[in-house]
This record gives sequence, C-alpha cells and structure tokens, in this order.
Amino acid sequence: MLNAIAKLGKATLDTIAGAGAALLMLGKALIGVPQLRKSWPLLLQQIYAVGVLSLVIIVVSGLFIGMVLGLQGYTILVDFGAEQSLGPMVALSLLRELGPVVTALLFAGRAGSALTAEIGLMKATEQLSSLEMMAVDPLRRVVAPRFWAGFYSMPILAVIFSAVGIYGGYIVGVQWLGVDDGAFWSVMQANVDLYDDILNGIIKSVVFAFVVTWIALYKGYSCVPTSVGISRATTSTVVTASLAVLGLDFVLTALMFG
Amino acid sequence: MESRNIQLAVGVFVILGILALSFLGLRAANSNAATQGETYKLYAKFDNIGGLKERSPVKVGGVVVGRVSAISLTGDYYEPLVEMTISAQYAEFSETTSVSILTSGLLGEQYIGLNPGFIDDTVVMLEDGDYIYDTKSALVLEDLIGQFLFSQGSD
Repeated sequence: MLNAIAKLGKATLDTIAGAGAALLMLGKALIGVPQLRKSWPLLLQQIYAVGVLSLVIIVVSGLFIGMVLGLQGYTILVDFGAEQSLGPMVALSLLRELGPVVTALLFAGRAGSALTAEIGLMKATEQLSSLEMMAVDPLRRVVAPRFWAGFYSMPILAVIFSAVGIYGGYIVGVQWLGVDDGAFWSVMQANVDLYDDILNGIIKSVVFAFVVTWIALYKGYSCVPTSVGISRATTSTVVTASLAVLGLDFVLTALMFG
Repeated sequence: MESRNIQLAVGVFVILGILALSFLGLRAANSNAATQGETYKLYAKFDNIGGLKERSPVKVGGVVVGRVSAISLTGDYYEPLVEMTISAQYAEFSETTSVSILTSGLLGEQYIGLNPGFIDDTVVMLEDGDYIYDTKSALVLEDLIGQFLFSQGSD
C-alpha cells in the first residue's frame, strides 16, 4: 500500500522535474545572443531535413484526405440537394482542423522521431559531451537550430497540406462527381473567412510546431544513452507528441470557435 | 555545392508555402471585396433581428453591398440596433430606403435586404451615420406558428 503511494509520488515528482528540465533546456537553447552568421547554415540544413524532406508525405496525404473528404461529403450532401456546400465543407474542415492536426501528427512521426533518434544517438556516442569538451554549447549548436527548423517548417507544411487538400476535394467533387465548378468556389469563398478560419488554423499549427518539436528534442536530449533508451525515447516522442497535439487541439478549438 | 542545393531546396519550400497561403487567401477565402476600401456606416433599429449576426451580408436585390458590422441594444426599451458598413461605391441611397431582415432559402442564413427608395427633389440622400427608419423585422417562425394557432382557435 505504502509502496504504491510512494510510486505515485515518485511518478509525480519525475513528471514535474521532467517538465522543469524541458523548460530549462529550451530556455538555454533559445535565449542568448543570436549569432546569425554561424547559425544560418545550420538552420537551413535543418529546415531541409525537417521541412523539405517531409514535403512528399504531406502533399500525398493532403491530396488523399481532401479527396476522401470530397467523396464522403458528396454522398451525404447530395441527399439534401446541398452538394454546392461541398466546397466550404472540405475547406473548413481542412483549414480549421485537419490541416494543422494531421500535419502535426505526420510531422511527429516523420520528423519528430528522427530528431529524437538523432540527438539520442549523439548523446549515446558522446558527441554531445565532446562538443562541450571543445567549449561548444550543444544546446546552442545542436538543439536550437533543430527547434527553429521545426517551428518554421510546420506552419508552412500545414498551409501546403490545406491547399493541396482543397485541390483534392475539387478534383473529386467537381471533376469526377460533377458539382458545379463556380458554385464550389463561390460558396467556399462566402463561408471561409481570412481571419477566423485561415489565420486561426495557422495559429494552431504554430502552437503544434512549438510543442511537437520541443517534445522531440527534449526526449532525445534526456534519453537513457543506450540502444533501448533511444528506442523508448523515440516511441515516447511519437506517443506524447500525438497526445499533446490532440489534447491541445481541443483546447484551441474551444477557445477559437467555441 | 552541397550547401547551395540545400539553400535552393529550402527556398523552393518557402516559395511553395507562400504560394499555398496565397491560394488559400485568394481562392478559398472571402476576400471581402464589398467592404474593402472606402466604406460608410448606416444604422437601423428593429423590433427583432432573429438570427442576424455580425458579418452577415447586406444586399440590394441579391448583390452584396456591405456587411453588418455591429449589433447592440439601444434606448430605454432596448431595441436592437444594427450597424451596417456599406461600400462607398454605393453611396446614393435616399432617405426613403427601407430595410428588412430576410432569409436566404428556407433554412439559410439571415441577411439584410436594402430596398432603395424613390428619389426626387424633396428627399435627402443618406450619409455616413444616418438612421434608416423604415425597417421590417425578421420573420420568426415560432411567432408565425403561434399566430396561426391563435387564429385557428378563434374560429
């Protein structure tokens, strides 16, 4: 009985300590004099690894999710003779929810796990310690560019996802199922608002970018430096980041559209 | 050379992002043409605004000329006051203009319909901040059903 309570206490303390350590890591990595000339090439390289290489999976899944939305929406809306509403249905569900959320989930799986594994392996092979030996701060040199790369890339990916998804819905709805071309776009334009929908979607993806990248970096930085530790940290990154994204999405939706 | 390729790829990535954003902004979203540029405000008091919301369209014969910019209660009897922002392109409404709250379709959104009044030498044109006094309130379905039942019962 006492053991169980002690375990609960330990778990609580560990969680709080972990949150504090994560915050400290982020603070140390990001706060400081920016050295543009040194960090710019590092940042570019990371944006390439994290953002550009994620482009294929984002575009393909965006296209298919948009097409599925178009197909499913059409079969329901046509019963009510409201198939012109297919445009706003596809656009709003992509811009408000699916764009930011699915991008964040894919990003956690595609890029977040890679970040964790990379930093975990750097730790296991003592590259991080060697950097410190050479008086290079690994937080500034390794963690900071990866964080900013994720932070910048994900909103761009989410916007591309939504745009491609809307085009996918257009292909299925208009080209295939025969919804009127003009009505598809004009009803969409009448219902989608630049600030309420597009800007809020971008704000969502900025928040998700922050959280997912942060979790991935911290899990890698704090992992047990063994092969088992790295594999656990990678799994934990995907699970924690996905849960955080879904939970935060509910909170953000309630705040923005509630 | 390696780093130049990376720079190119990142540049293409950013351009793609900007293109996607402008696609969303220009093609998918309402660029709100009727209330961009010069606008002026008109006010109207109603008994009941029904389901009218801020940003609902203001139409003349089906053409959007502006949007509802604010809804509030005014006066001692708390009458709903609707502030309409109208594009300055359509600045020539006379004071005999009437305004009513209409519904698009059977179950659609509610909007404001402006009916331009007649113009002769004695009427004045509406200007920024003027009130339109000839108003017709929204049709509330429950009231209609109530009136119908009442009239049935009195037979």
